[in-house]
Order: sequence, then C-alpha cells, then structure tokens
Amino acid sequence: MYRSLFSRDLFAELARLQSEMGQPIDDTPAIRGIGGMGRSGYPALNVTDTPTSIEIVAFAPGLDPAKIDVQIDRGVLTIDGERQNDQPAPSAKTSWHVAERFHGRFRRVVSVPDDIDRQAVTASYRDGLLHLSLPRRESAQPRRVAVQ
Amino acid sequence: MNTMTPVDKGATAPNPARAEAALLPLVDVIEDADGIVLIADLPGVAKEQLSLRVLDDQLHIEGDLALPLPAGAQGSRNEVRRSHYRRAFTLSKELDANQVSAELAHGVLRVRIPKAAHAQPRRITVQLS
Repeated sequence: MYRSLFSRDLFAELARLQSEMGQPIDDTPAIRGIGGMGRSGYPALNVTDTPTSIEIVAFAPGLDPAKIDVQIDRGVLTIDGERQNDQPAPSAKTSWHVAERFHGRFRRVVSVPDDIDRQAVTASYRDGLLHLSLPRRESAQPRRVAVQ
Repeated sequence: MNTMTPVDKGATAPNPARAEAALLPLVDVIEDADGIVLIADLPGVAKEQLSLRVLDDQLHIEGDLALPLPAGAQGSRNEVRRSHYRRAFTLSKELDANQVSAELAHGVLRVRIPKAAHAQPRRITVQLS
C-alpha cells in the first residue's frame, strides 16, 4: 500500500543520508549558502577515520566556544549551537549588497561507531574550526600479534 | 548604489600559480553613510595565512586553510575538499582604498573601507536671504 514515512531502521537511514552527503554531488569548489554548501548545512563537516580515532572537523566560523554543545548518544554525535548575528545594526542609512553568511541556530548529526571511548573525546576550537577527536577504545584497536 | 561588486570567481587570479579552483568564502557586504563593511567567513585561516590586497580597484581576499588532519587516515567524508580560499571584489571610485582596515577573529574577517571624503553625503544648508 503506502510506504511508511518513517524508515524502520532510523540509523540505517541516517547512514544512507550521510553517505549520500559524502558523495561528490557536484564538485563545486565553493562554500556556498543555501543551494550549494547549504546541502550539507552549517557547519560543513570533514570526517576522517583512522585506526585509532575518528577525527571530525566542523567549519564553524564566528562562534563563541562556550556556546557549542557537543553530545554523543548511542552512536550519534550531535553538534548544536547558535551563531549570533555579527552584522552592524541596521539603520535607515544601511543597505545590504550581499548577504550570504549564515546566522541562527544550527544542528548537525554524525553517526559514529560503537567503539568510541566517550570519556576520552576531546574538542578544541581555533580559527573558526571545531576539531573533535574521538579515540577508539583500546580493545577495539587493531593489534599486531607477535609470532613466537 | 553599487559600491562593491563581487568579481566572478577565478576571473582575476592575481597570481597565475594560484589559478586552480579555490573555495569561495561566503560574505556579507553592508553599506552605510561612511563606507562599506565586508564580513567574510574564512574558517581555518590563521592571521599569517591571510592575504588582503587592493589591486587596480579590486579587493583580493586569499587565505590558506590549515587542516588538523591526523596521519594514517583510512577513509574520510569531506564536505570541504580544498584548502585555499579566494574571492575578489570590485571597489567603486567613491571608496578610499588607502584607508582599508581589517580584523580577523574566529575565522571571520571584517574589512572596513570608508568612502572618500568627496563621496560622503553632505547636507547643504539653505540660506535665507
């Protein structure tokens, strides 16, 4: 009959969306607002897997680090926050020629593997980049077994 | 009043070696009675990696992005795939390119260009004879 609006496996659906977002839809070099980069939203994310950790870089310029909320729950990492409007206060004399930059509330969600050591996650903010380092648990890391 | 116009990307790369595709930083351009404020998002660009130049009535913004990437990366899903920003704007004659001031904080560049004195609005008092 009708397909359910909601996927039965929410996380599989998330993973599908995420891998779609990772595809080079168009290799446009621009960081754009709605329409281009807006496909992924603010902040843009680079996610890298290494044997020992997951490294996430969020391109989040102009934030107050104290107001960035990062949470990990059941394999889902959420970055929440609000970007204040830093434009000059409008008056009768001001006019906007270009208005591309984002401001307002944002939220981005990334699914992360189960072997993340949640206690050891670190976050730093520098030059408008939010860098999250999610180490894998010791037991989950590949280990070379010495042959006697 | 069109005092500052974005130039098509890549059309006027001042340095031919840098002619490859670059990230186009998002900007706001706001004009008030005294001049123009340009705000550009340049996440990942440190002060030392930013180049701001006025060349032939054009304002060129360029910057290199330092990505804190670990060694031994196995796979990645990257929404930002380049490490160089570039964008240029044409300045109108009424802006005073010698008075450009700029500051960079948390990956946000704020450039202020005042209008030349002769282009500032002037109220003319009407004398009653």
